[in-house]
Amino acid sequence: MKCGIVVFPGSNCDHDVYHVLSHVLEQETTFLWHQETSLEGCELVVLPGGFSYGDYLRAGSMAAHSPIMAAVRRHAEAGGRVLGICNGFQMLLETGLLPGAMRRNRDLRFLSVDVHLRVERDDLTWCSSYRRGDVLRMPIAHAEGNYVDTGEALDELERRGQVVFRYVDAAGRREPAANLNGSERAIAGVCNAGGNVLGLMPHPERCAEEMLGNRDGLGLLAGAVAGGGRVGALAAAGG
Amino acid sequence: MTSQTSRHAEGPEGRFVARVLVYPRAEVLDPQGRAIEDALGRIGFDGVRRIRAGKSFEVALEAADEEQASEAVDRMCRQLLANPIVEDYTVEWVSE
Repeated sequence: MKCGIVVFPGSNCDHDVYHVLSHVLEQETTFLWHQETSLEGCELVVLPGGFSYGDYLRAGSMAAHSPIMAAVRRHAEAGGRVLGICNGFQMLLETGLLPGAMRRNRDLRFLSVDVHLRVERDDLTWCSSYRRGDVLRMPIAHAEGNYVDTGEALDELERRGQVVFRYVDAAGRREPAANLNGSERAIAGVCNAGGNVLGLMPHPERCAEEMLGNRDGLGLLAGAVAGGGRVGALAAAGG
Repeated sequence: MTSQTSRHAEGPEGRFVARVLVYPRAEVLDPQGRAIEDALGRIGFDGVRRIRAGKSFEVALEAADEEQASEAVDRMCRQLLANPIVEDYTVEWVSE
């Protein structure tokens, strides 16, 4: 699958994602500069982590209005796959391609630590390497990852099954202590209603090889390029 | 979301200056404001009931008339300066 990684001024996880997609998963992968207006035929678009535009105004808000985002929006609205990791997730929220917003972390600290995530959906192509209820270990590295939306919108998100990952403890239980950034309902990752746009705060690209001591994240990037085509939900949806 | 527009200050024709104030919405936890509140208490300010930490922007713009200036600033707020999910904004007009 042809993969494109959008590079913004301040992106710093672009090469990590490139490495996993290109060298580990052996996909045709290219960088897309934020000032371009074409996705060059890429089927998977990744908005990588980093500090685009120095996190000015609100994290992801400046990148959300960069030239390439119009093409990303069209791609997403046509059912194309878009994955936002960390700062990329913040951009998807700022563009409105995913619902919700981010606040500063509950304790105002930048958090760079491994967390545990529970997989809430396994009927999405993204999660085709996992089973529902699986507990993954992945690193987070952010200051604004405290997910929020109105109570009504959160209920709607739950009802539609758009919560894909939640912060849990190592045993898979939702505990306040495991929700380090204070996100509402321990939300770590959400998808859009169509399932073709996914955003999450943790970094799967940083834990995708054995030599890094953890490859829990490889499954997500493998899912991102699985099956080809543009459909977000698996044909044989199990639930 | 709130948008209070006071009477535009008199300025050179077609030129306006808006001061946009953006605050976390009342029902949204404001960790920054909370931390400042705690710090004020620690250094002896007992009477502080609440701190909300926000941002302000000064927008100098040209527009055909007051109505257009006001409408433009309102759109700037909704599209970029504030995130309506977590922030409220108010607009004041000032003299250049």
